[in-house]
Amino acid sequence: MTRHILIILALIAGTLITRFLPFWLFPAEKEKPRRLEYLGKTLPYAAMGLLVVYCLKGINFFAGSHGIPELLSVTAVAALHVWKRNSLLSISVGTVLYMFLVQAVF
Amino acid sequence: MKKETLQREVRKRENTAIPKSAFAYAFPKTIPVMAGYLFLGTAYGILMKINGFGPLWSVAASTLVYAGSLQYAGVSLLAASAHPVYALAMALMINARHLFYGLSMLEKYGDIKKGKFYLIFALTDETFSVICNENPPKGISKTAAYLWISALNQLYWVAGSALGGLAGTMITFDTAGLDFALTALFVVIFTEQWLSCKDHRPALTGLIVSGACLILFGPDSFIIPAMAGILAVIFQEEKRKINL
Repeated sequence: MTRHILIILALIAGTLITRFLPFWLFPAEKEKPRRLEYLGKTLPYAAMGLLVVYCLKGINFFAGSHGIPELLSVTAVAALHVWKRNSLLSISVGTVLYMFLVQAVF
Repeated sequence: MKKETLQREVRKRENTAIPKSAFAYAFPKTIPVMAGYLFLGTAYGILMKINGFGPLWSVAASTLVYAGSLQYAGVSLLAASAHPVYALAMALMINARHLFYGLSMLEKYGDIKKGKFYLIFALTDETFSVICNENPPKGISKTAAYLWISALNQLYWVAGSALGGLAGTMITFDTAGLDFALTALFVVIFTEQWLSCKDHRPALTGLIVSGACLILFGPDSFIIPAMAGILAVIFQEEKRKINL
């Protein structure tokens, strides 16, 4: 029980450190280095690319469904979004398509 | 001026009127997260329950830790009574990507006074993706909108965890694939960012460097090399721009 609480506390501490560290290192009232300004402008875009890859990291192209449901659904979401630019529509159609593919097709 | 025209344009496209309150503005943005978090939160509650940790444990973890992938990894740490130092190392590694979110939000959250602690505490993948692309229209308080988005998202996550811990085994309809809602959310935001800016190099850097590191290092250890690689490319790019 105590061990388990300590584990939870460790998870809390680790998460707090990774979320707060940038704000501790670069507090709002202090002048920020110029490099950081550039980073702030470009990193949100790169981080989203990383996040998309992170979500798809479980795909195995050589076994199971070969990542076909994921690739088809991701393409559908992006294409629909370029066309209609309606976030909820793109996400719900993509999710229903993916659920259909993994439940009924593959 | 330019920004406002753009916002009006986007709103026209989405066919929505100007929202009346920060809540009315924030809630629709969180609907995709609601689907994903309720589902993944419930799955987490069930998983914890199966391993002998009831709804009190899963709700406490979802309230206080509030980090999806880490909480999933945490189930096996708890079940094996792992050493807390090992748990801490695991937390730092799995959550390292949050450093990027903080660095990206320094400016956006910089001038916020009230509620800043909670905003940073609750900066999950999903909350970051929603907020990093949001600029509330005039008349809506920025802080209130961000706080609503953050709190609603956590509410879904905690509610899902409670549901899974309490009634988990009674859920019978086939939910396989529902978690794709979150992947779809990230793809939508990636696409939205792509369409709304001219310089695609940062986005491509994120995709290509992460993809390459995934192939090189495998799914369990690619994040940290990918982060280092992305930073290296961005700083290289900055140096080149200064020299021009």
